[in-house]
Amino acid sequence: MEDTGTDARKTPMSSTLTSTELRTSGATAGTPAALWGLMAEFDSPAAIMEAAKQTHGDGYRWFDCHVPFPVHGLDRAMGIRPTILPILVFLGGLTGFGAGIVLQWFTNASAFDFWALVGVRGYPFLISGKPAISGPAWIPVIFELTILLSALGAAGWMLLLNGLPRLYHPTLRHPKFARATDDRFFLVIEARDPRFTRAKTEAFMRSLSPLSIETLED
Amino acid sequence: MTTLPMNRPLAPADNTFEDPERRAPLVLGHTTFGTVTKEICQVNEAPRPPMAWWIALGISAALAGVFTGLIGYLFATGVGVWGNQNPVMWGFPIVNFVFWVGIGHAGTLISAILFLFRQKWRTAINRFAEAMTIFAVICAGTFPGIHVGRVWLAYWLFPIPNQMEMWPQFRSPLLWDVFAVGTYFTVSLVFWYIGMIPDLATLRDRAGNRIKAIAYGFFSLGWRGSMRHWHRYERAYLLLAALATPLVLSVHSVVSFDFAVSQLPGWHTTIFPPYFVAGAIFGGFAMVVTLAVPARQLWGLKNFITMRHLENMNKIILLTGSMVGYAYAMEFFIAWYSGAMYEQFAFINRAFGQHAWAYWIMIGCNVAAPQLFWFKRFRTSIPVMFFVVNCVNVGMWFERFVIVLSLEMDFLPSSWAYFSPTWVDIWMLIGSFGLFMTLFLLFIRFLPVIAIAEVKAVMPAADPHAGHGHGADGGHGH
Repeated sequence: MEDTGTDARKTPMSSTLTSTELRTSGATAGTPAALWGLMAEFDSPAAIMEAAKQTHGDGYRWFDCHVPFPVHGLDRAMGIRPTILPILVFLGGLTGFGAGIVLQWFTNASAFDFWALVGVRGYPFLISGKPAISGPAWIPVIFELTILLSALGAAGWMLLLNGLPRLYHPTLRHPKFARATDDRFFLVIEARDPRFTRAKTEAFMRSLSPLSIETLED
Repeated sequence: MTTLPMNRPLAPADNTFEDPERRAPLVLGHTTFGTVTKEICQVNEAPRPPMAWWIALGISAALAGVFTGLIGYLFATGVGVWGNQNPVMWGFPIVNFVFWVGIGHAGTLISAILFLFRQKWRTAINRFAEAMTIFAVICAGTFPGIHVGRVWLAYWLFPIPNQMEMWPQFRSPLLWDVFAVGTYFTVSLVFWYIGMIPDLATLRDRAGNRIKAIAYGFFSLGWRGSMRHWHRYERAYLLLAALATPLVLSVHSVVSFDFAVSQLPGWHTTIFPPYFVAGAIFGGFAMVVTLAVPARQLWGLKNFITMRHLENMNKIILLTGSMVGYAYAMEFFIAWYSGAMYEQFAFINRAFGQHAWAYWIMIGCNVAAPQLFWFKRFRTSIPVMFFVVNCVNVGMWFERFVIVLSLEMDFLPSSWAYFSPTWVDIWMLIGSFGLFMTLFLLFIRFLPVIAIAEVKAVMPAADPHAGHGHGADGGHGH
């Protein structure tokens, strides 16, 4: 259960290769704008699908597709592996389940005493002769806390694994990129990919017959 | 349906046909993504909203102001300003609470349950149904909050360690309610917001001025449509739907426990949880149609919220309305069948007692009116459906009124009374509508009212196997 292709993208030689290639492609140290990647623009889900397949097939790993809606099957074409998210959500649910039991047992059924910021002590309620541990009566609160923590976990972990919120990103600087949330489909290959060289990658992108090829600067 | 002529020519705006050989298009008049973005965003981007929006906002905000003022009056004076009086200690506040929580059910039902059932038509209506849910739950939460009497002690509802070493009593359904409604509000809010992130990014990228760009940019969290993000996003959305589904069914069940767990005739019945849930979905969908009909008219969203969407919702209203009618009948049957004198009296009293008028309003609005929807002619007629759904809005409020008023005639005849609301009761009910509508109108103006990304994904052109074509064949799926 690895989370997406992030691990696959890490190769031992990536850092050295990238820096040398960067230098040969003109972005020398000292120039303010370093080449961050190349971006190809497409206008249909079918085109980006084909492009993603070929890019992944060609051995690129540090690449991404930016699309206005999730294109069905594109994740598989890009070689994205299943996310670990469901397991994290399950753990969240388990936490809620446990918290529900502990909370109700501690507050209503135990005389357990501990000292935090204020003294906190359980209080065994005796109400109409019901047992201290009233299992059935505890179910609603246990259920709600299970759902609550799973749902917060699903949303929170999704954002966290996606590295969001992130208000700055090189792609967001490009004026054409605004249409990624409208009607354009972008394939971005990052300069840090070990296979990336400006000339070769650009030629490869041209073979995908995009509408345009843009450079992205960091 | 062999009598249906195949391949009959269709008027372009009619997608209500029932033809098993063809899938009805969910988006009318658009074949490209760009025009979809433009048409939905114009609701937010129009330099000035329609005059009707200003008028509606003015009235709603005024009523919301009345509501706030009355809450202040209540706090200053005490709950005696209401008509709550022995033996009806739960009057309008609980009726309004249950009514609004019920309204709040359609949103998450549409988002979650219809999502799991792959009902693609939900995409056009889920966003504002979810918004409606959140605003309805805000209205709902207000009533028990202000009904606690000494509001400055409202924190007693929560298990907060305090110097009195005092805890809430977890065997009480009223406390379950706190957790159920609190969880429901939080999860609905998260679901709504997560669904909105990609569309907020669309608004950000189209923003005409800096303030908008910063505001939408902030709330879209830097979303850039990365497929690696979409991959986790879709999984998270599916999980949220799967979690919200039992939640929707549980919330109104827990609300019904407030009544069913007590030992009062007319309340102490096992049918309450499913009956409340059906009623909540019924009332919620009626409210969605009530809001959708004027909204699609005013903002020209008829290509997205098509007649087929409205018809589908009307079918659900017919189904759940009939379930509610069945529950009304079954309550009577069980009262008779149980042989319990008090139970029988409670029901005879509901139908023929001093508040019989409320009972028959309920039956007329909830059971009789929706039966019109058996006929396609009425299901697809805007005036008829607007009339019926407003009947349902009224009827569902009266349903809770009738249930709560079982308190009027309890075990002890000497304490029997006739409940009458005060002017504060009535204006608080009206005022809560003002709060609801104010929030809703602001939502329409400033947030993406239709799930843009989701609508694009159900268009024929979104199919990556369709070649470069912009599928104009009226739609097909996998």
